[in-house]
Amino acid sequence: MSMLILTPNLPDPDGFYEELIRAHEGLTKEQSDAFNARLILTLANHIGDREVLRQAFEAAK
Amino acid sequence: MVATRYKTAFKLYPYEKVAAQDAAPVRHPVVIVGGGPIGLALALDLGQKGTPALVLDDHDGAGLGSKAICFAKRTLDIANRLGASQPMVDKGVVWNVGKVFHDDHKVFDFNLQPEDGHRNPAFINLQQPYFEKYLVDAIHTAQAAGAPVELRGRNCVTAMEQHGSYSTLTVETPDGPYQLEADYLIACDGARSPLREMMGLSFDGRVFEDNFLIADVHMKADFPTERWFWFEPPFKNSGQSALLHKQPDDIWRIDFQLGWDIDREKEMDPDRIRARVDAMLSSQAGEVPEYELEWTSIYTFQCRRMEKFRHGNVIFAGDSAHQVSPFGARGANSGVQDADNLAWKLDLVLKGLADDSLLDTYATEREHAADENILNSSRATDFMTPKSELSKTFRNAVLELANKHAFARPLVNSGRLSVPCDYTGFALFGADTLLGGPDISKPGMPCPDAPHGDGFILDHLGGGFILLALGCEAQNVSAHGVGAQALNIMAPSDALKARYLGNTAQAVYLIRPDQHVVARWNNFVADDVTAALATAIGKG
Ligand SMILES: Cc1cc2nc3c(=O)[nH]c(=O)nc-3n(C[C@H](O)[C@H](O)[C@H](O)COP(=O)(O)OP(=O)(O)OC[C@H]3O[C@@H](n4cnc5c(N)ncnc54)[C@H](O)[C@@H]3O)c2cc1C
Repeated sequence: MSMLILTPNLPDPDGFYEELIRAHEGLTKEQSDAFNARLILTLANHIGDREVLRQAFEAAK
Repeated sequence: MVATRYKTAFKLYPYEKVAAQDAAPVRHPVVIVGGGPIGLALALDLGQKGTPALVLDDHDGAGLGSKAICFAKRTLDIANRLGASQPMVDKGVVWNVGKVFHDDHKVFDFNLQPEDGHRNPAFINLQQPYFEKYLVDAIHTAQAAGAPVELRGRNCVTAMEQHGSYSTLTVETPDGPYQLEADYLIACDGARSPLREMMGLSFDGRVFEDNFLIADVHMKADFPTERWFWFEPPFKNSGQSALLHKQPDDIWRIDFQLGWDIDREKEMDPDRIRARVDAMLSSQAGEVPEYELEWTSIYTFQCRRMEKFRHGNVIFAGDSAHQVSPFGARGANSGVQDADNLAWKLDLVLKGLADDSLLDTYATEREHAADENILNSSRATDFMTPKSELSKTFRNAVLELANKHAFARPLVNSGRLSVPCDYTGFALFGADTLLGGPDISKPGMPCPDAPHGDGFILDHLGGGFILLALGCEAQNVSAHGVGAQALNIMAPSDALKARYLGNTAQAVYLIRPDQHVVARWNNFVADDVTAALATAIGKG
């Protein structure tokens, strides 16, 4: 069974964080929410493993 | 007197007084209350097996108006087994292309290219009254050949009393009331089931807080034969979603999702309906084509089922037992599968070849199917009518992504079309010992169709138990007086090989009268098959 990675796995964490916030720049709250939703769906499809996604729902609680 | 609750499209079983109305109550092995699609399919199936079936309906034909239009392949396969499918397919509209719109742009379109080598298309659009009429035509044909089926129109059941092994019914007719008795009483009396009410049984589930305006429109427009579905349509006052779908006789089904807080009476005003339809049609055709409103109605939908489909000698089938929202066309389609499941079991029990407990498996198998249908219909409804701001954000995110990326298209849910139920793991089914056998034909599944000889394999399956041997030979077997007829096919067609053999060279399938696979093996071993057959009739 695949496991959700919960140890550091992102290269250049500060750089990623900056990019994530920048992606929301200039968006209204509603646009940001919509963006986030699209982002989650896109990432979920990439992961493509329902068990890993279920673990992520837990981890994010 | 018998009240008329609705107009009929066709008079199919006009009232005729029968001698039994003036005599002491007559006992019938099977009385079916309700001559809708489910009661009719069941009566036809029983009659063809030689088991007497009496149908009572408070009207004398098929109700006029907008109900089911989408009939799925499995229903057509069942109707084919009953000899009723050809006129349905001939009359019905076959469609493959669907387009999904969001606001003023197309999100994507899909083409449900049917797989080759099946007698019936994935589905057809056909007005429900025609479906019922063709079933009655087939019943008349069967009657002429001696099938013991009787249809009594304008026979309204007004009271019932359940005794230990039978029920007594009071039936109102234009000539006054009479009584009759039933060993088995089958309630096919629709979503509002008077029998369910009389027995004080509950019907729990979810009401979707939404109203749908359904308009059947007659027009000679050359819109393509496609299913068009809008989320948040751009045309004026059209509500949360809209649907345009073609039916035979130049009739188009139009649905508008109006929301919960509406003034029903106001919304039914023909001028107001026409304004909506004008806006929809002109947005597509550039101008308003000439059309007439054939039928309009406002529905609220629910998903619910009875906790148990069997209560002693009273058995519920079709809408009386379960109700779903129509997205996915699972109402009549699943009800016909109820009839398909029940007929052979009832037949064996009445012929003394199976114990009464076999009928319990009707309930467990079809309750499971109802749960599956309710799950699918609820999911579609939740996608179409998001219940919170957040769920709407995700819904619209799916639609926006689907426009650009293929990955999001399977998430778009405007109704998942009815597919037959898989009974894997239920008590009457045996092991899957065919290593490498295809999943589509594993035990529990309905047999897939495939070309065979001049016709199709499904033409040869069903009715009774069949032992299908592919690439090898089997012999007839019997268990407790029930036989399984061997059908040996030494040189199967490529499609038969693909759908039944997979990676193996040969196989033996035991198939139920409703065309579901009981068990399958690599080769014929009489003892194994006999044991599986005994299990399949509840004597394992
Ligand atoms: C708008 C709409 C669209 C739909 N679209 C689809 C679709 O595309 N595909 C699909 O599969 N399903 C669809 N359905 C569902 C489908 O119409 C029903 O599932 C189907 O009619 C159920 O058949 P039935 O035989 O169980 O009940 P019914 O068709 O309701 O028949 C019950 C019969 O019992 C009779 N009866 C009632 N009480 C008594 C009594 N006391 N005595 C004697 N007789 C009685 C009634 O007169 C009636 O003839 C749709 C429904 C609606 C409302």
